Amino acid sequence: MRRETQRTSVYTRRALLMMGTQVGVLGLLGAKLWQVQVVEGERYSTMAEENRISARLMAPPRGRVLDRHGEVVGGNRLNWRALLVSEHSSNPSATLENFARLVPVPEHERLRIEREIARHRRFVPIMIREFLTWEDMARIEVNAPDLPGILVDAGTTRIYPRGEQLAHIVGYVAPPNEKDVNEDPMFALPGIRIGRAGVERVHDEALRGRAGSVQLEVNAVGRVIRELERREGNPGEDVTLSIDADLQNAVLRRLGNESASAVVLDARNGEVMAMATNPSFDPTLFNSGVSQAQWEEWTRNKRTPLINKAAAGLYAPGSTFKMATALAGLESKVVSPGERINCPGYLDFGDTRFHCHAKNGHGGMDLRNALKFSCDVYFYEIVRRVGIDRLSAQSARLALGVDPGIDLPGARSGLVPTRAWSASRGRFWNIGDSIVTGIGQGYVLSTPLQLATYTARIATGRAVVPHLTRAIGGVMPSGARAEDWPVLGFQDRDLKLVREGMHAVVNEAGGTAGVAKLPGALGQMAGKTGSSQVRRVTREQREKGFDSQNLPWELRPHALFVAYAPYDAPRYALAVVVEHGNAGSAAAAPIARDIMIDTLTRDPAGRERPPGQRVAEGR
Amino acid sequence: MERRLFGEASFDLAGKFWSISWGYVLLLCTLAGVGYTALYSAGGGAPEPFASKHLLRFAFGLILMLGIALIDIRIIAKLSWVAYAGAVALLLLVLRMGQVGKGAQRWIDLGVLQLQPSELAKIALVLALAHWFHKASWERMGNPLFLIPPTIAVAIPVALIFKEPNLGTALVTATVGGAVFFAAGVRWWKFVIILAPIPYAVKYAYEHLRGYQKARIDTYLNPESDPLGAGYNIIQSKIALGSGGMWGKGFLQGTQGHLNFLPEKQTDFIFTMFGEEFGFAGGVLLMALLGMIILGGMAIGLRCRHQYGRLVAFGIAVNFSLYVFANIAMVMGAIPVGGLPLPLVSHGGSAMITVMIGFGILMSVHVHRDVEFAGRGDDG
Repeated sequence: MRRETQRTSVYTRRALLMMGTQVGVLGLLGAKLWQVQVVEGERYSTMAEENRISARLMAPPRGRVLDRHGEVVGGNRLNWRALLVSEHSSNPSATLENFARLVPVPEHERLRIEREIARHRRFVPIMIREFLTWEDMARIEVNAPDLPGILVDAGTTRIYPRGEQLAHIVGYVAPPNEKDVNEDPMFALPGIRIGRAGVERVHDEALRGRAGSVQLEVNAVGRVIRELERREGNPGEDVTLSIDADLQNAVLRRLGNESASAVVLDARNGEVMAMATNPSFDPTLFNSGVSQAQWEEWTRNKRTPLINKAAAGLYAPGSTFKMATALAGLESKVVSPGERINCPGYLDFGDTRFHCHAKNGHGGMDLRNALKFSCDVYFYEIVRRVGIDRLSAQSARLALGVDPGIDLPGARSGLVPTRAWSASRGRFWNIGDSIVTGIGQGYVLSTPLQLATYTARIATGRAVVPHLTRAIGGVMPSGARAEDWPVLGFQDRDLKLVREGMHAVVNEAGGTAGVAKLPGALGQMAGKTGSSQVRRVTREQREKGFDSQNLPWELRPHALFVAYAPYDAPRYALAVVVEHGNAGSAAAAPIARDIMIDTLTRDPAGRERPPGQRVAEGR
Repeated sequence: MERRLFGEASFDLAGKFWSISWGYVLLLCTLAGVGYTALYSAGGGAPEPFASKHLLRFAFGLILMLGIALIDIRIIAKLSWVAYAGAVALLLLVLRMGQVGKGAQRWIDLGVLQLQPSELAKIALVLALAHWFHKASWERMGNPLFLIPPTIAVAIPVALIFKEPNLGTALVTATVGGAVFFAAGVRWWKFVIILAPIPYAVKYAYEHLRGYQKARIDTYLNPESDPLGAGYNIIQSKIALGSGGMWGKGFLQGTQGHLNFLPEKQTDFIFTMFGEEFGFAGGVLLMALLGMIILGGMAIGLRCRHQYGRLVAFGIAVNFSLYVFANIAMVMGAIPVGGLPLPLVSHGGSAMITVMIGFGILMSVHVHRDVEFAGRGDDG
């Protein structure tokens, strides 16, 4: 019996010990509760208050993009969307089924919607279809009883009334990607768009505006209970461009079916009046999502609709480069204005023979005539005397081979080679390389925008920089309309001589671009033709009587023309490049003439109206 | 002798009924009432969807409990190992279903209610161990070989529950088993030998834990590290409790619970729900109530004259206290979140039924505290 008593007393002892432990644990838990509820209570109360209130951003309307006359070329449009709130529907799939019978929903879209319904909480509206027409909406309204959970809602979407006419300039918007979301909390908002190209990208911040915020009382799953406070944001600023949308359209039409581009500058202040690239694309498609087929069509197209050829297309400038060679020669004093150089139709250098386009030669040529007839041998000789590095340095003053400085992403700098450049490529520079550079062939590359700027600089003698922005929110950015660009520093006499040569090209009998002569009333135009080889012409071909017309399209030379007008008081400068158009005189010069006529005809209207006037009316 | 007579002969059903500790039943009803109040609030100030069901379940559980209380403890003792075998079979079944279903499986769906075998297994384990140690003398308890079969009896359900996988319940089960060993008089030094290597075992186990289990522990160590993920529950619970302050926001006035910031407010975080609305004062009163139920269960063990009943009461009371401590510590962020409800307060059918079965057996111990077992069971 003693054993049993011992067992009992052990149990009693241990049970009491356990009870003591339990009381102790309860005491500890009570102390912890005191700490959480009383000691730190205030801190948690604050956190609880913050918990209930959630600040949300509201997307401001995106600023518009306007042309120089205030026409909206990038704007906002109401976008009627159908949303599905699955909690209001007993069977979301059936609702979707009924909806698809009224307004077609493609199969891949339906999969996306099913996925989103599964992923989101039941009160979150899921976008089913955007861009509803009035007919669609009427059909939805009439059938509302069969569509529980469907609601129609107005968002905004970006529209480009000029569509592909200005696609490369205005650019486009697209939904932000995950990387962007960290940059601005606004990017997390549904339906927000970010400028991805062109002006939409350059001025994205101004166009975007500042998001407003609203303080909402929400529950933990994010359902809004009520609105507590609202702070309006700043709508995006309107951006006024120097582009004349009507002129742009006229230019584009004149380019017709060619794979071509043209740039028209206000030569005095550098404003881009028109910058047309053909073919183009519809920028609205990027907003809603580009289909795979469409994308493939764009990227496979040999005429590269997605590339802004005017600012990013690199072409050997061909004979349009000869003014740069001439000015480099005059500036370096290796040739005098009156010096005649004989052209027998070729120049032999070492064991290489460099041909002139005139097979039998031009005879004795001074600078003015060398430009007028576009004599190659004359410029071979000049560049031989000047040397490649001096030519490159002087070209840079004329905006060739350097960043054009335009406020548009993707503009290329082109290239005027130097020995150092060649050495950096691990290649020995031959004098022969210099010689072809003198007529704008070989390694030299430029964009139509650069060529227009170059022409404007020759015409004005000033370091004009091209730009597109006239005003942001009605305020002109500094220097936007400046006409006091720094003087380039070339001798007036030299510039005058080059201009005379360009005048002769168009206006004198025998000039290479007689076709480009303007009708009398509009004054006179000065210009220069060019034709840039895509492929070197072999001696064998030359002897056979080579004709580039017989080549396949991709191998034909590009046709170029640069010009400014009026000759006596330069106002507009332009450059036209017709890809694989053969001779500049035949393919590019007539286009340039028609564009210049159009530009000059529109001139008074465009000049009188100050920027921003129609903007104010439009608001 | 008189007592013995009372204990045996005049022990008819009515006598048993009146010898039920009605004070203890009142404590349980009060606790269930607290549960009803908190669930009424959790339901947005309405008996639906939680509170009324809770009441119904408690009523069912109460009848079950009273019924079990009237069953002779010696019958229950005889069925101890049967219950144990049944519980292990259910654990195997649930594990098998889990393999078929490719995922954690802890429930058996009986249609009207879901059965969580691990909860039943704990009670069955207590019964089996009590039965084993019931006859053991103090000297016998000193024999290590005698302890091997009950150790295996603990290891089997613990291993099966761990495999479900349900780490928290496996640990609780092992602890409950250990508690019965302790009450039965296993020598202190043996516990030291078993417990000493635990830190190493923990380290080893941690390295082999599943991702979500690891996350739970990591979150406990630093809840702010992942405020919207695994740490969300703990932080929100602390915010709700803390904002309740000393006297609480008042019945139905808790913003955190009502605005749904508080997760699983009707189950795991019901204490938080209550604490937000009734403050520290309410929380302490609730803890006092729980303490009385725990200590009352222990007291039933102390007053029992047979070893089986003592060990059963001890095991059941410890099991209940572990539930309570784990849940309250969890909602205050003192231990890792573990999906343990607060018995009789949280919404949930299976837990309520198993807990009431436990209390029924406990009450049977109380009613039959003086009965004589055949053999060396009692030592009056």
